[in-house]
Parts: sequence; structure tokens; C-alpha cells
Amino acid sequence: MIKAILIFNNHGKPRLRTNNTLFTLFSLSNNLFFSHFLPETFHLVSKRDENVCNFLEGGMLIGGSDYKLIYRHYATLYFVFCVDSSESELGILDLIQVFVETLDKCFENVCELDLIFHVDKVHNILAEMVMGGMVLETNMNEIITQVDAQNKMEKSEAGIAGAPARAVSAVKNMNLPEMPRNINIGDISIKVPNLPSFK
Amino acid sequence: MALKIVKGSIDRMFDKNLQDLVRGIRNHKEDEAKYISTCIDEIKQELKQDNIAVKANAVCKLTYLQMLGYDVSWAAFNIVEVMSSSKFTYKRIGYLAASQCFHESTDVIMLTTNQIRKDLSSPNQYDTGVALTGLSCFVTPDLARDLANDIMTLMSHTKPYIRKKAVLIMYKVFLKYPESLRPAFPRLKEKLEDPDPGVQSAAVNVICELARRNPKNYLSLAPLFFKLMTSSTNNWVLIKIIKLFGALTPLEPRLGKKLIEPLTNLIHSTSAMSLLYECVNTVYIDVNTPPLPSLSLSLCLYLSLPPQLCVQKLRILIEDSDQNLKYLGLLAMSKILKTHPKSVQSHKDLILQCLDDKDESIRLRALDLLYGMVSKKNLMEIVKKLMLHVDKAEGTTYRDELLTKIIDICSQSNYQYITNFEWYISILVELTRLEGTRHGHLIASQMLDVAIRVKAIRGFAVAQMATLLDNAHLLTGNMQRMGICEVLYAAAWICGEFSEHLENPMQTLEAMLRPKVATLPGHIQAVYVQNAAKLFATVLKSQEGNTDSTAAQETSQLMIDRLPLFVQSANLEVQERASCILQLVKYIQKLQQKDVEVAEEVSALFAGELNPVAPKAQKKVPVPEGLDLDSWINEPPSESESEDEQPKAIFAKEEPKHSRPRREEVDEKELAKRREARKQEQANNPFYIKASPSSQKVYQEAPGVEHIPVVQIDLSVPLKVPGLPMSDQYVKLEEERRQKERAEKKKKEKKKRKEKRSGRGKKHDSGPESEEDITPAHQVDIVTEEMPEKSSKHKKKKQKKEKEEKEKKKKKKHHHHHHHSDGGGEEAVQNGTVEEEEPLLTSLKNKSSTYQVVVSVIFENKCDSFLKSMEFNVLDSLNSKLQRPEGSGPHDGLTVPFQLPPGVSNEARFVFTVQSIIMPQKLKGTLTFIVKDSSTHEKLDFKLHFTCTSYLITTPCYSDAFAKLLESGDLKCSSVRLEGVNMPFHHLLARICFHHHFSVVERIDSCASMYSRSIQGHHVCLLVKVTVSIDAKCDEPTLLGNVLDEIKQTFSQC
Repeated sequence: MIKAILIFNNHGKPRLRTNNTLFTLFSLSNNLFFSHFLPETFHLVSKRDENVCNFLEGGMLIGGSDYKLIYRHYATLYFVFCVDSSESELGILDLIQVFVETLDKCFENVCELDLIFHVDKVHNILAEMVMGGMVLETNMNEIITQVDAQNKMEKSEAGIAGAPARAVSAVKNMNLPEMPRNINIGDISIKVPNLPSFK
Repeated sequence: MALKIVKGSIDRMFDKNLQDLVRGIRNHKEDEAKYISTCIDEIKQELKQDNIAVKANAVCKLTYLQMLGYDVSWAAFNIVEVMSSSKFTYKRIGYLAASQCFHESTDVIMLTTNQIRKDLSSPNQYDTGVALTGLSCFVTPDLARDLANDIMTLMSHTKPYIRKKAVLIMYKVFLKYPESLRPAFPRLKEKLEDPDPGVQSAAVNVICELARRNPKNYLSLAPLFFKLMTSSTNNWVLIKIIKLFGALTPLEPRLGKKLIEPLTNLIHSTSAMSLLYECVNTVYIDVNTPPLPSLSLSLCLYLSLPPQLCVQKLRILIEDSDQNLKYLGLLAMSKILKTHPKSVQSHKDLILQCLDDKDESIRLRALDLLYGMVSKKNLMEIVKKLMLHVDKAEGTTYRDELLTKIIDICSQSNYQYITNFEWYISILVELTRLEGTRHGHLIASQMLDVAIRVKAIRGFAVAQMATLLDNAHLLTGNMQRMGICEVLYAAAWICGEFSEHLENPMQTLEAMLRPKVATLPGHIQAVYVQNAAKLFATVLKSQEGNTDSTAAQETSQLMIDRLPLFVQSANLEVQERASCILQLVKYIQKLQQKDVEVAEEVSALFAGELNPVAPKAQKKVPVPEGLDLDSWINEPPSESESEDEQPKAIFAKEEPKHSRPRREEVDEKELAKRREARKQEQANNPFYIKASPSSQKVYQEAPGVEHIPVVQIDLSVPLKVPGLPMSDQYVKLEEERRQKERAEKKKKEKKKRKEKRSGRGKKHDSGPESEEDITPAHQVDIVTEEMPEKSSKHKKKKQKKEKEEKEKKKKKKHHHHHHHSDGGGEEAVQNGTVEEEEPLLTSLKNKSSTYQVVVSVIFENKCDSFLKSMEFNVLDSLNSKLQRPEGSGPHDGLTVPFQLPPGVSNEARFVFTVQSIIMPQKLKGTLTFIVKDSSTHEKLDFKLHFTCTSYLITTPCYSDAFAKLLESGDLKCSSVRLEGVNMPFHHLLARICFHHHFSVVERIDSCASMYSRSIQGHHVCLLVKVTVSIDAKCDEPTLLGNVLDEIKQTFSQC
């Protein structure tokens, strides 16, 4: 089972977290998460070199030796999955890759800003991949189909009433600060064995 | 109306949406908290409005704030409101918020039940999907109970998208509401063969998670998974299945054998590294999980792959440049190490190499592996390497890890691998020079342990400790090193206790009384003071022999000068000891001034040698006469009494008269019973010191401490190394010592050879020394257990067991023949020419863990031709197998030992072995025969049906025993209703008795209790009511379920 999913940036700022499992499994309160879990995890992950392995035994921090932190670093973001021994380590690494590639497809050249401003969309995408801590779908095309279908439905519901709001938000978004628009999926320095037959 | 909507939305577009909120927060970096609190106020206003769109927008923002760590639990009800919107857009926002913010203690969850149910049955698949996703995050036991049925229906939804989500969420439902597992399981099993790969993968996922918790229950699915494993191409599914088999193989050894082929195929064929890893991992590791250690060995015999091959594969992984594979390879290696240490040990070079890795995760894994790889031969070498790493390591955590590992490695299994304790002491001393370690107490306890238990080393240890004490300022130099000063505790104690070994006790005494000592922690000061007194005694003794008495007096003066510092200590312990000793020394000084010899008396204070005590020594101490350890000191109050009186005690009115006579009611028999029960309990409690009558007898006549068994070892230590030794030199010395030993051995061997005059011996010369050849230089006082006694006990137990077994067998020997009336069970087969009927006579025999079932088959020739060369064959299942004569293959048929003329019937018996009886079994079989005239082979297919009922034996049971059984609480409950049964009650009972081998225990008016027992000793109890409902209890729920199903079937046929 995947106990928790965390995305934070190079400065340890959280960009996404699924915390339901955190609540139930580690009886972590919100405060404890921010005072303890997040900084410790960030500290552990960020001090590691780029070309070391992607597994970390968090020990007591994440509730014992059965749990592991599996993470990947893309440009400015760390994607951290906390899993127990029923998950295959390399499988999860691949899942993270699928997740990021899906984000890339859905946001067209995803960057940290996309995750900042559209957390809800990221959650919706993630919901098609992992459900209640269990892997639901690993096929990227399938995930994108379902996400698109739902977005389409949303659009049709908004109909004419949604148009002005969209126009206004487009105007508002015009002066977004210029930031590197890519989290560099192409040149990840971590070599991960390819699992070609994942489809 | 439309205008209003447009107007509303125009208003809305100037509301803050999520993006605006995020932007705002980014623009207010300095006063973020203040900005957010104004935002929350806005959100509160928005939530008060009627417009659902505004509310949804507010909830969306709240979800974001929740992620940032703000408490949003106050909005739980608003989230529910948004969830219940009819629009998908808002519903999704609501469910997302709920999945992020709700948890089990959120009370509004109970309001959601109906809404979720409505969404689950929505015609829009995405409504259902969103509800399922949300539910998977916040499902509570109540929700699980109420919605289990709805979700189960969704498992057969037409859309695979819904099916896979429904299947996956069932796991959460099972967790919260375990009762749902039984009814849902058949459908879950069905989904394993779903045409959609996503659904299939979800089902595999769920079953794997379930099996992790309780693998035993999923053994029956093994064949299905086996099929999936060979057919599936989805790596995710394959990995999960292999992991599942990993959990199953320890329970069913034959599975391992079956797995070899497909697994090796996968190993050789797969291109995916992750899969390769899981395969290798499974073949060796999961097979070896602790419960059945011998199993792993037998399995290794089965496995065509030698462990070497597996380790070879892992070596490839470890040597890979990819750090992830390296890590996983080491992880798997450590699992193999547990069972096949030999095959891993040859890769020591590789593992030592990994210690140099820059990645901490990998280094830690390698360290773990090293622990299992040491031997007498390589211990010094490995520890030397580790010490180098200790010097190089940056970061205290890793260095501390190294330190504990070094000590673990050296001290494992009673210092088994240490051949030279001087070397070990010097390693420990070297470790004390580590900066900032937290493990001072660990080193200290090792020093103490070694010094006490290895007598021969004491002289050396004391010298080392004295140097440590002398250089104590190095250890306590800065505050960072406070952890290490624990070592001084050990050093002071060793120097004091074994002060006779000190070269220069006076110098050490002075070192121990330095004013700087007062800065040490209290408990260490206390030890200093106490041991200074011990040293004082030793010094006095040596000085009094001299003619000059001034030296002794000077020593006393030194004590009197220095001790007041400790008397002032804030630590009570230090203070008490110091003032006590100070007064003592003052008194001694007075005596000295009168020229009285005091040394003898002072050293008498600390006389007596400390010896290690065997863990079993206590039982050698005889119980004093007249002391009965089993009798009560105070009569315990009877249980019923305490229950009666507890509520009364609240009120002051107690009835003292009542309790007295009751106590006497507890008669002797009851007491004896309890005593027996207590003895039993004590015997099972490993922490309880058991009374052993035999040892009492031996030692009763001569009680005393002298009889505590202590292993005496006297070994001279020829080495004297001044100053702090470097542990390296021991490695050389050890080499020399071993060479000498080898040389001596050779001499001996030569002698032997000469005596024997056998010519072949050259091989021995160059052969490497084996483990056993290395004799330790010092020995540990390893407190041994008395082996002979122990082993004899074992034997007795075994004999008893055997006897019991024999008795059991005798009981079982009156076989239970019963008519198998269930005609449908064995399908009567029709074939153009032949008709056969096979009413079965099954008799059951217990034979250790597998059970033999004898099946009598009646062959009747209904055609007009002569039948010959009949061959009976059955396709074995994992559980049930036809016993074939030795030497024949698993698919060979059995020849029926007779021929059949037309119209004749004959009976043949076949023996089956059955592993588990809790499930009914259907075996397919064929009968081949030759019709004489045509001389062609004919074939007849049939099915053998082993019902669960057929494993039950009618066993009489008395009502009181029956009641006890029901009360015991070991039995699981289940019930069934029989529909449409119209027959007198006693007919019904008779039917159950007849068809299902029950006996009536008791019948009262409209209900009857019935009992039966399986051949494996499962109790099955029924309570049949005239309303034709059956309540049943059994200690094996699966068996019970199947028996009840069969009963139901019996009655549905009539």
C-alpha cells in the first residue's frame, strides 16, 4: 500500500500531499506533519546526491522498518511516496515516472507553477492512478482518457455561464511571472530500468 | 431566469478563485498569515451564501489551505453540502475536499451515507467514480457496513472503469467491516478473470493485500494465480502475484516446487529489471520466512536452481552502476544470507566494496550483510576495514551506526568469533576516541562484560582502563563528547574491582580523585568514589608490608584531602558514598597513627570474587524445608465473590459475615485443581524459574553458594603491551599464532601419519584452515546450560508424544464406514455401451498431517460385452491426490485388478491423500478399458466429489461437554435458513444425522443441538430450530460454511 504521497519543492515547501493515510496510519495531526514529518523528510531527501539510489529507510519517522520512502527529483520538485513492503520498489519508481509524464501531457510542459496554481487538477489526475493508497491504473493513455472525459463534462456543465469567468481568469493569468516552464522529464539523470510492458 | 444565472456568474467572476488565492499568498510573502486569515473570513462569508457555485469555490480554496496546514474542520458540513450538488463539477470539488479533510473522527461523515449511496447508483459513471475515490479515503466502519452491498453490486457494473474502482475499494471495506469479506469473496475471485486488465489488476491487488494479513485463507486460490502468472503480461500484476506466492509458499511447500519452472522462465525471459528482482527475491526469500526453517532447506533441494545461481544474479544487480538495483540486490542478498550464509559469504569482496559507496542507504544495507558474514577467520580483517570507515565517516549518524555494527558483529552469539580478546579490548578502547558518539554506554557495557567473563584478559583490561582513567581529560575534553564519558564508568569499576592486576595502583588512585572528576555525571562519580575506596584498600595492603609506615599514612591523607569535594556533591549517591568512606578513612588514619595494622581489615571490606552466574543457577539452590512455593500466602478471594462484592463496595454497607464462610467452601479439590493449573502455567512461562526435583535431591545435603556452577578457565596471557595498543598489531600476532598452531598441528598429523603409515597426506598440507581449526586465545566464561539434562527431557517428551499419537491412531482405527448417499456426487456416467454406478464407501484414516481417504468404487458392467484392462485415473489437485504405487509418475493410472463379464459388478478400492478438509473437492477422472471383441480403447469420464460432510464422523457428545465447548469461545458462528422444508422435525433431524453424520446431543421441544467432529478434530455444533433455521458453530469457519451449504443442498433436493 502507498501510505502517503508528497510533493515538495527544493525549499521544502509542500506542493501536494495526500494526508488521509497520514491521519489514520501515523495518527499525525496537521501540526505534527508540518513541525516534524515534512521537515524531516525534506532533510533526508534533499541532502542526497543526484546519483544515489532512490530509496530511503526512514525508520521511526515513517512508522517502522516495513515502510520506505521512494522518491524522485525532477528539476525543482521532489515526488515522495511512502510505501510498505507489499509494493515493489522499482514499480513505484515507475509509477512516479508515469505520474509525471501524465502531468506533462495534461498541462503541456508541466512546471512547478502548474502544480502551485492547479493543485485540484493534480489531485484529480492522481485520483485516477492511486485510490485509497492502492494503485488503480498504470496505463498513461487510460488515465488521460478518463481525466479528459471528466474535464469535458465539467466544461459542458459550465456552458454559457462559465464563459465570462474563463475570460476573466485568462486575463488574470496573463501576467504570471516568468518561470522555467519545464520540469525536465527529458534529461533525468537517474537511470531507471524501463518497464516497457507496463501497458 | 437565464439572465439571473448569467448575472450571478458575472458577480462571481470578481470573487476570488483558487488561482487568485494562490497568487495573493505569493504576493504577501511577509504577512502571509494575516492575508490568509482575511481570506478565511471571505470564505466564511461565501459559505453562507445560497449559490452552490460560490460555495464550491470556497470549498476549493479551503482544500488548498488545508494542504498548507490550516485547520478547516469547521467547514466539514459545507463540504458535505457541496458533495451533494447535482453538478459533477461541484461534486468533484466536494469529494476532493472530503477525501483530504475528513477522517474517522469527523462526525458529519454519518450524514453522507445516503448521498454516497445515491452517487454510487448514479447513471453517470464519473459521479460514481468520484464517490468511490472519495469513499476510499474516508470510509468508516459505519459507512462500510451500510454501503458494502452497494459496492458489491458495482463490482459487476457494465463499465470496467467502475468495476476496477469498486473492486479496489472493497479492500478498504473489508478492513473496516470484516464481515463483508465472506459474501464478497466469490465475486472478488470472479474478478480475477475479468476480461478487462485493469479490473484484473485491481482484484489481484486486493487479494495480495488481504493475503499479506492472513495468507492461509488464500491458499485455495493458488491454482488460479498460477494460471494468471503464466498467462498475464502485465508486469504490475505479475509482481503482485509473485509477491503473493512469496507469502503462500511457506504454508504450502509443494507450491515452491511448482513455481520453479515459471519463475525460472520469467527470470530468463523478462526484460524488466523490476520483475527479475521480484522473481529472485521470491524464489529464495519468501520461501524462507521464519515459521518453517527446515522447509527452506527441503525447498532448496527441490529447487533446481542452486542458491549460487540466485546469488550470481544478485551479484549482477549489485555490480550494476544503477544505485537502485545495487540497493535492491543487497536487500535481497541479506534475505538469502539468513538461510544460505555460505553462498553469500563468497561475495564478501563485493559487499566490502559497497561499504565505500557514497550512498548511505547502500552502505547501511552492506553493513547489515556484514553481520552475517563474519567468521573466526575474517573477523579481524572485517573489523579492521570497518574501523577505517569509522575514521573516514562524516556525519554522526552513520558513524554511530558503524560503531554499533562493530560491537554487534564482535559480540554476536556470545563472542563466538573472537579469538583474541586483547584485540577486542583495544578495539573498544580505540572506539572511545570517536567524537560525538552517543553510544558510550554500549562500549562501557562491552568492556564490563568482557572483563568480568574473560578471566584471562583482566590483567590486560585493567592496564588499558588505567590508561583511560589517566587520560580521562581527553574524553571529557569538550561537551560534545559527553556521551563517551560513560566509558569511564566501566574503566573506574574495572580498575577498582580487579585492582590486584594494577601495575601502579597509586597513580590510578590519584587519577580517580582528581578534582576534574567532579564535572562528570553523578552516577559515574559514585562509581569513582566507591572504586577509589577499593583501590585504597589495595594500596594500603602493598604499603603496609614495607617498613616505612609514612607511605601508608600519606595515602590516607590523600583520600582525606580529596574526598570532601565529593561530599559536597549535589548528587545524593555520590554524597552518601563519599561521606561514608571519608569517615572510614579518617578512622583508619587514627589507627595508623597508633601503628595498628589495618590493611587486612580494610581489604576484607571488598573481599570476594565476582563470578558469572549461570542462568539456571537459581534452581540449584534448594528450597528450604517447610517452604511450599505452591501454597498460598493469603487465600485468594474466589472469583464469584469479587464479582458480587465490587458493586457493593461503592456503598459502605458491607456484609462481612457473608464472605467468611464462603472462603471455606473452596474445598481441597478445587485448590488442587487450581494449583495444577498454576503449575502448568508456570511451566509454560519461560521467565519462571522452574522447580526441578532432581537437582534438589542432589544438592539438598550441602547447601551453599559453592555449588553454583562456574566454568573455570585458566589461561596465561603472555603478552604485555605497554600503553594504548593499536588493534592492528593483533592482526599480525593472530596470524603468527595461527601459523604456530598450524605447524603444531602438522607435527601432530605427521606423527599420526607415521603411526598409521598411510601414504596419502599431501593434500592436507596446503589446504586452507577450516573454521574449527582456529582455537581462541582466550575463552569466554560462557555460562552453559546443562545439556544432558535438557536433552533427556526432550526425549521423554518425544516418547510421550509418540504414545499419544499411537493412542489416537488406535481410536481412529475403527473406521467409519458410511454410505455415501449423495448420488449426485459421483455423476453416473452414461456411455453408449457401458453404464456404471459408483456408490462410494469412503473410509477415513488419520495419518500424521495428511489424511488418507479410501474410496470404494463399484464397477458394474451393464453392456453385453466382456470388459478388460480397466485403468482408473484421476487428475490430482493440489489438495487431494490419488496414491499411486512407488515409481509411477503423477499422471499414471491405476490398473483395476479384475475384469468384468457382462452384468457383473465388482468393487475396487483406491486410496487418496487429502491435505485440507475444509473445502469440498471435485476430482475429474477417466476410466479406460477395452471391450473384448472390438479390442479398442474406450474412455469414460467421471467426477469424484469429496464433500466436506464426508470428512465428518458421527461422534457422540454429552450435553455438558457440548455446553463447555460452546462456551469456550474458540468457535466461530454462522447460521443458515432452510427454505421450503415441510417435514416433521424428527425427520429433519434424522436426515441431518443420516446425510451429514451428526448426532443429536439434546432435544428440547422445538430445537435440538447436534454435534459432529471432522477427521482432523474440528468440532461442529448445530442448533436446529423447528422454524428450520440452523445456527452453527465450528472452529474452522470455512469448513462450517461448506457443511452448511451442503446441508442446505440436501434439503433443497427434497
